[in-house]
Amino acid sequence: MFAFIARRLAVAVPTLLILVILSFILMYTAPGGPFNSERPLPPEVLANINAKYGLDQPFWKQIATYVWGVTTQFDFGPSFQFTNRSVNDIIAQGFPVTLTYGAYSFLVAVLVGVSLGVAAAIKQNTWLDYLAVGITVGAQVLPNFVLGPILIIIFTLWLGWLPGGGWNGGQWEYVVLPVIALSTSYMASIARITRSSMLETLNTNFIRTARAKGLSTGRVIWKHALKPTMLPVLSYLGPAFVGMITGSVVVDIIFSTGGIGRFFVNSAFNRDYSVIMGITILVGALTIFFNLLVDVLYAWIDPKIRY
Amino acid sequence: MLLEIENLRVAFQTGDGEVNAVNGVSFGIDRGETLAIVGESGSGKSQTAFAAMGLLAKNGAATGKALYKGQNLLTLKQKQLNKFRSEEIAMIFQDPMTSLNPYIRISEQMAEVLTLHKGVSKKHAIAESVRMLDAVRIPDAANRIRSYPHEFSGGMRQRIMIAMSLLCQPSLLIADEPTTALDVTVQAQIMDLLGDIRRDFGTAIILITHDLGVVAGFCDRTLVMYGGQIMEDGPTEAMFADPSHPYTKGLLQAVPRLDRDDDSLATIAGEPPDMSRLPQGCPFSPRCAWVQNTCPHIRPDLVNWADDRRRACHVPAKEVMA
Repeated sequence: MFAFIARRLAVAVPTLLILVILSFILMYTAPGGPFNSERPLPPEVLANINAKYGLDQPFWKQIATYVWGVTTQFDFGPSFQFTNRSVNDIIAQGFPVTLTYGAYSFLVAVLVGVSLGVAAAIKQNTWLDYLAVGITVGAQVLPNFVLGPILIIIFTLWLGWLPGGGWNGGQWEYVVLPVIALSTSYMASIARITRSSMLETLNTNFIRTARAKGLSTGRVIWKHALKPTMLPVLSYLGPAFVGMITGSVVVDIIFSTGGIGRFFVNSAFNRDYSVIMGITILVGALTIFFNLLVDVLYAWIDPKIRY
Repeated sequence: MLLEIENLRVAFQTGDGEVNAVNGVSFGIDRGETLAIVGESGSGKSQTAFAAMGLLAKNGAATGKALYKGQNLLTLKQKQLNKFRSEEIAMIFQDPMTSLNPYIRISEQMAEVLTLHKGVSKKHAIAESVRMLDAVRIPDAANRIRSYPHEFSGGMRQRIMIAMSLLCQPSLLIADEPTTALDVTVQAQIMDLLGDIRRDFGTAIILITHDLGVVAGFCDRTLVMYGGQIMEDGPTEAMFADPSHPYTKGLLQAVPRLDRDDDSLATIAGEPPDMSRLPQGCPFSPRCAWVQNTCPHIRPDLVNWADDRRRACHVPAKEVMA
């Protein structure tokens, strides 16, 4: 197992390197640059700025300098857009916000989604099942850029219970609406996967054996059926967790949370190369890490999987 | 009677309409008796057992009676039925490869039967489980009980299933094609084991199978099913020596024999019945060589025609047996 983890971590390094190089090439070949604006700068000024940020260097030298800085000093470089702010600063400021409401969203999505899916499967073809399926379909077709404003209208404008935006250091009132907006569609997917997986599990021979042994329905579900049910759910949860903790651009913008998603999109518009690179590497590293975690959890659930 | 089935019917609601898997089946089994239920796939033999155990698929429903020591199992709630399962009636299944939970250790799967039904401590339950695994001849049981199902062969897994089913010393064991998925040599071992169990524990056994060879040396009585109905039943030896029903006769003739120099295997002409479109009368009539005008229209009753033997056929026994 430890050899497996070590091997996977070793493979992660070249994977990230390829990610860096590909992103770098894409940005390099994209037209425009961070200092193009509607009123062009005088050529001498532009040349000066380019020289300051090293953009006058040849491609291979730019990328080498960048990779060197990231790997040796964990320095993702200065922002091209915000003078005097480094990418490290921007991530340090935005990521905790995103991580906070992302982690809550994940918990809500998993707890509600799995419970709803299991309940629907146990009560298949009853009103509870139809209700659960109805809710999940509704939740899935409702995009968060629609759900967000609806939540604000209801809870902020009509009821006046919760603030419609801002972060305020992560005070709970400010977290609730972003969490609902972000978790709803994930919750729906988790519920649907759980439901179909549980239905499949309940049809297996070993569940029939468990019932023939006289176990209570509760024990059959929790002790015998839940583990196999969770396997397909788990493979969805890895990427979903990364998706949630790296946040949603839409949620960041609608609720003005100051999360990292907004920086990501703005940096792409502004050709803020170093911010794009920094966030891309962050998301890439998290994806690799959580896929590894899912694989380890797989082995923990299924004794037939041994690395 | 230990278990008495009365006019049992099992119907499934499917997309193609109602499928009648079992159509009015009545029989009984005494303490310590061994009863074989024989028939082709789809003859309703497994569903008869599942109905009694409350294990029918969700779209299935059973009517009639399944009286266990006088208590009708079909009217019991799931919770009440759980007191009978394993403790009074245990069941082993056709496919040992998939019948044990692959995600849980054998120790856990066996011990939970005892902690649940007998209320003993887990430690005691595991010790008892090891003893039972020894009894079904699992080598090194004390250590191997910690293994997962995939670490055992199919034959071993069926032994484990048998050991697990015996933990509460049930009065009745229903074995649903216990050897079908196994190698021939392993089949013989498992049947030997079931024989030992009957001898040592006095367990009544219902053996559901389509293998007449397995039945011959093992069961006191045999019940032949076709199209969800009983065609013939009686003491195994007498029936095999003198089958009184055209279907039984066909089945026995289809058993390949080494002591005859046959050129080809005998078969029963035609195909197994479509359970959603059974004839009004005898379900076997479309394939029967003795078929008469009345057969497809009027269902023959299952009647006592000789000492301890019943048959459902319009053709007189003498003619079939001649």
